[in-house]
Amino acid sequence: MIEKVLKGGLIYRAWMALLLVMILIGLIFYVRQWNLGLGITGMGRDVSWGLYIANFTFLVGVAASAVIVVLPYYLHDFKVFGRITIFGEFLAIAAVTMSTLFIFVDLGQPARVFNIVLYPSPQSVLFWDMIVLNLYLILNLIIGWRTLEAERQEEAPPTWLKPLIFLSIPLAISIHTVTAFIYSGLGARPFWLTALLAPRFLASAFASGPALLIILCLIMRRFTKFDAGQEAIQKIALIITYALSIHLFFFLVELFTVFYGGIPEHVHHFQYLFGPGGQPLLTVSARISLILTCIAFFLLVNPRTRKAEGTLIYALLAVIIAVWIEKGLGFVVPGFIPSPLGEISSYSPTISEILITKGVWAVGLLIITALFKIAASVKEDLSQ
Amino acid sequence: MKRRDFLKIACFSVAGLPARSAFDQLIGKALAKQPGVGKPKWAMVIDIKACVAKPGCQHCIDACHNIHNVPTFNNPKDEIKWIWTNPYKEVFPEQTYQFSSVEVQKQPILVLCNHCENPPCVKVCPTKATFKRDDGLVMMDYHRCIGCRYCMAACPYGARSFNWKDPRPFIKGFRQDFPTRTKGVVEKCSFCEERLAKGLKPACVEACTAGALTFGDLNEPDSQVRKLLALRPSVRRKAHLGTEPKVFYIYEAL
Repeated sequence: MIEKVLKGGLIYRAWMALLLVMILIGLIFYVRQWNLGLGITGMGRDVSWGLYIANFTFLVGVAASAVIVVLPYYLHDFKVFGRITIFGEFLAIAAVTMSTLFIFVDLGQPARVFNIVLYPSPQSVLFWDMIVLNLYLILNLIIGWRTLEAERQEEAPPTWLKPLIFLSIPLAISIHTVTAFIYSGLGARPFWLTALLAPRFLASAFASGPALLIILCLIMRRFTKFDAGQEAIQKIALIITYALSIHLFFFLVELFTVFYGGIPEHVHHFQYLFGPGGQPLLTVSARISLILTCIAFFLLVNPRTRKAEGTLIYALLAVIIAVWIEKGLGFVVPGFIPSPLGEISSYSPTISEILITKGVWAVGLLIITALFKIAASVKEDLSQ
Repeated sequence: MKRRDFLKIACFSVAGLPARSAFDQLIGKALAKQPGVGKPKWAMVIDIKACVAKPGCQHCIDACHNIHNVPTFNNPKDEIKWIWTNPYKEVFPEQTYQFSSVEVQKQPILVLCNHCENPPCVKVCPTKATFKRDDGLVMMDYHRCIGCRYCMAACPYGARSFNWKDPRPFIKGFRQDFPTRTKGVVEKCSFCEERLAKGLKPACVEACTAGALTFGDLNEPDSQVRKLLALRPSVRRKAHLGTEPKVFYIYEAL
């Protein structure tokens, strides 16, 4: 099946070439970071995690959201999603790969990365995150590849695949829960110290991940003969509507406890994020995120704008951007400001950091393009 | 007791013991286990009054940063600090300062790694590169650290610094007898583990001319630190977090 990646029209080849160039640029700047250290990024003593960890957090959510199509199809035999589960699984593969790469490029001593395996530390959440992310990646590789192979051979998928699929469902929930636990167990950082974090992460993931999946399906419909089908897209849009509403509700619940509870060390971070006095880059993007969330909410809740593809696309793009900000820089950076010693430092990613980030995204997009191309080609061949 | 109940209890105790200890391991509670009698538990007492009586004094900071090859960066982003001062208001943020004069609020207070009995940094480290010794010292293995900086996120005291760049060109007065660090690893105060091994006091304590720093064994009832803590009111930074810091601040004689 892999040979299908090599065949394609001019636009396809140009797109793949563009991604390869972006990867190369990212690689060049990563070599620079390898040689000079993480000092070439905008991170510092006070804000010690930045753009890399922000993207990691967002992408784990995208990976987990594959469960939105996998669960209804396999547990409830919801046939409408039958044609697109494979794309959900392939999206998860790309997203987990990207999140692992983002952790890797964030390491100060990347050559020692295997110390995590050599000196296993079960009391560290990062250790468990490594385990669940890798397990989830392997499962999705096996499940995705084997079901597609079966489809190509026009036979039923092997029975041993079923238990693996069932295992992948709770694992999807657990990758995002464990990722939330990285933050929500730290007494030092009141901004993250909330039991609501894992549910909030899941809600926003189940909005943003499927939104990305629909956009990808629409792109595929434009460039290939594969059509996910109106019904599938509308059902996913409905799921996104619920997830986004729950996400918004959770956010307001969090704000209530923080501001009505009024404990200064909790309030300070939120004031810094939204209020006057915060770093403009962060404050402005946090407000944009909030406005986009509200716009998307109204476009999705209204059945007319949700059912019209023209407006639905805008709602989906708004969801993706809003959650990327909210769960990315708007989540990681304010956790560090003010610092434990009251310091109000600022953070802006450097050019090198941005180019490395783009390089990692290009790797992910390359994987998505290649895998989606294979799956779409297999389905095209079958319909002929 | 009925035979059934006995079996139930027996089963639960057999299954429960390892389960309990595994749970303690997971939440990091096992870190705080007490050492055997007669073993030391090192702590430091900082006399705020004696310390601020010498404004501008930097002896302890200079001594520490000099013997440990701590680099000097001009950029606060890259800064590496083992022991330094911060305004009183920021060191003890949970107090109210409405009625304190600006001078009091800005009073520089000495801060360093608290060598917590229940260290969050050790709990989160994915490679055990930072670990707690039986004598209470929270240590760093610079050769094992992968530079993920999870410990920096977990430390409630901002005690940890990361080598954003190769520190060697920025070391003033390089010392042969102490290892330098490489880029990409975290470092912090070690309570002068290398000096304790030789029976010496930490460098900052030795360098202090104000008599503000006292170092000793908490498990020794006659030690200087125990006497000070018995007689003078003391506070610890963010004690409400349950980290059990072993740097104590005493503020006034009764």
